[in-house]
Amino acid sequence: MSAQKIGVFTCHCGGNISDYVDVQKVCDAAAGTEGCALAKTFLFACSDSSQEEMMEAIRTHQLDGVVIASCSPKLHLETFRVMAHRAGLNPHMYTQVNIREQCSWAHRHDMPKASEKAVRLVRAGIARASLSRPLENIRVETLPAVLVIGAGPAGMRAALALSDLGLTVYVVERAAEVGGRIRALGKLFPSGRPGREIVARLRDQIAGRDNIVVYTNAELVEKSGSAGRFAVKVRAGQETISLKVGAIIAATGFAPYAPQPEEFGFGLPAVVTLPEFNELLTTSRECLRVNGRDVRTIAYVYCVGSRQSEGNQYCSRYCCTAAVHAAIQAHEIDPELNQFHLYRDMRAYGRNELIYEEARQKGSLFLRYDGGEPPTVEREGDGLLVRVRDELSGGDSIEIPADLVVLVTGMVATSNQRLLDVLKLPLSAGGFFNEIHPKLRPVETVIDGVFIAGAAQAPKNLAESVASSMAAAANCSAMLLKGHLDRAPLVAKVSAETCVWCGECVKVCPYAGAIVEVERDGKQVADVVPELCKGCGACAAVCPSAAIELEGYTNAQVTAMIDALAAEVVS
Amino acid sequence: MSAEGATARDPRILVFSTTGISDPGIDLAGSAHMNYPPGVTVIGIPCSSGVRPDWLVHAIEKGFDGVFVAADGGDCALVPDCTARTAWAMERAQQMLSERGMDPRRLKMGAICSVCAEPFVNHMKQFGDTLRKL
Repeated sequence: MSAQKIGVFTCHCGGNISDYVDVQKVCDAAAGTEGCALAKTFLFACSDSSQEEMMEAIRTHQLDGVVIASCSPKLHLETFRVMAHRAGLNPHMYTQVNIREQCSWAHRHDMPKASEKAVRLVRAGIARASLSRPLENIRVETLPAVLVIGAGPAGMRAALALSDLGLTVYVVERAAEVGGRIRALGKLFPSGRPGREIVARLRDQIAGRDNIVVYTNAELVEKSGSAGRFAVKVRAGQETISLKVGAIIAATGFAPYAPQPEEFGFGLPAVVTLPEFNELLTTSRECLRVNGRDVRTIAYVYCVGSRQSEGNQYCSRYCCTAAVHAAIQAHEIDPELNQFHLYRDMRAYGRNELIYEEARQKGSLFLRYDGGEPPTVEREGDGLLVRVRDELSGGDSIEIPADLVVLVTGMVATSNQRLLDVLKLPLSAGGFFNEIHPKLRPVETVIDGVFIAGAAQAPKNLAESVASSMAAAANCSAMLLKGHLDRAPLVAKVSAETCVWCGECVKVCPYAGAIVEVERDGKQVADVVPELCKGCGACAAVCPSAAIELEGYTNAQVTAMIDALAAEVVS
Repeated sequence: MSAEGATARDPRILVFSTTGISDPGIDLAGSAHMNYPPGVTVIGIPCSSGVRPDWLVHAIEKGFDGVFVAADGGDCALVPDCTARTAWAMERAQQMLSERGMDPRRLKMGAICSVCAEPFVNHMKQFGDTLRKL
């Protein structure tokens, strides 16, 4: 092993790691490992103050390399490479060891074993870092074009923002028309402008752009390449179109929750979902009529399809406000209406609180039910009877004869298996697209160059949806407007001393011209053209003399890691 | 490494996983708090076709009960046919194990994509069961 001085920093991640892994034990074991010159623990290694402290340690102890045992490299590899660089280290002298996703979170049932595993992982990291060498990044030219999947408000607004920045945008929409779910909505809070007007405005703006192409009745069917340079195929009607883009935004929206038969009376006449009620509001004038009857009393049942003990456990977050907003419109159509809102918790956050207050002032009555004892809806005569135990009045059982019951339905993820098969994006427990980190990298995914926007990520209202689409557009343009990406130089390299030019590497190399024959010290040997090599390692796997290997994954590094991982940990 | 050792404790499994595709799938298993045995440890490499057969043999010789290679199953951004290439490396390594008098069933490959949290956990349980019987 080389005589490199490695600093090892182990992160508690609040309690995310230290609740299940003995972080001090890991730190002590690291300190006793050959090559480790300094071992410390941090409550949050990614915090500014921790990074400052690590940079100071790198300078003071003149460290040659750094290992941070923390979360997945997907989250903070770049963060810490930049930190190392700022401290004067070559960024490729940094090794990240994942003791959160692949240790503490996966072995919560066995702290001693999880701690031992963390020790082995850290020792493997030290072994790898000790055998690392400084490397320079390779520059890859990026394509100034973005594919946006979904032409709802999030997708359309992202397309316009990207177009403003000078990028070419291809928008792919599965439906025959653009606009997504808001096309069917009436007045929207707070402007009162109907959804179709907002869609029309976005559609007209897009039509005026030379650098936006919209495909309707279209789907993404193939994706290859990597961040900065994707090749995609879009099927639009009978036609298949090949496009080259630097980034992809998935803004595929949501679907309204469809209640099960008999769920809160669903299936009975005059029991409707919130989207159906919204349609009724857009077509009603002086009074509301359902099934030929004037509506005098409406009962709203909240949290339908949300916060379920099994199934959709999440809160759909937009529906409390949407229902209250719908009730205000109903009051405006017919001020004499009786409106009862049966809710679990009112989540009219931010300035949505104001319309909650407005609904109360207009006469809406709010009754609170317990999730364990939900209201019932049944038919009675020509109408409906809703029974609820109201917590606000001390648990009184209340019967509400209603002409109309509105099930305040939440949002669910859209189902599109074909798209999932192409994009391969991880999903949350609720089935929505998952971001890398909700706070630090909220619109990035584990697939580099693929971003998410709008309600495809989680239930969102329109404002939140568009805000996230702006974030996705900003991320894409930050990546593409520079014109290049700096790629980690983890490419193949040849030892001219051991190479005997058997040609096996050239036979398996998938990239034409990446391996060439050259003369070194009077003999023919292989050489790698770094710009053409993508770093798959296929050549290294077949080299009979182990003369060609991958930077960062050399034979010495991998075997040293295997040895460290195999070694017993003495407690 | 001995058969006795393998039955006395949870099998120790080394996983070669790809940093771009299967690592996120394995991360997802952890993020979703799907417990799997702590005897499973992962080394990330760019593409499964880059795994050298002698690494697999070395791992068994060093005391791992089994080595699992997580292939991308067609999703690889680097080599489109990497699964077939990885299969070649697996066969070569299994041959090397047999020549050394070790059971080739200690090496296994399976497709793990970026969302394959549950398949990964199942693979680890099933492979662990197989290794216990060897």
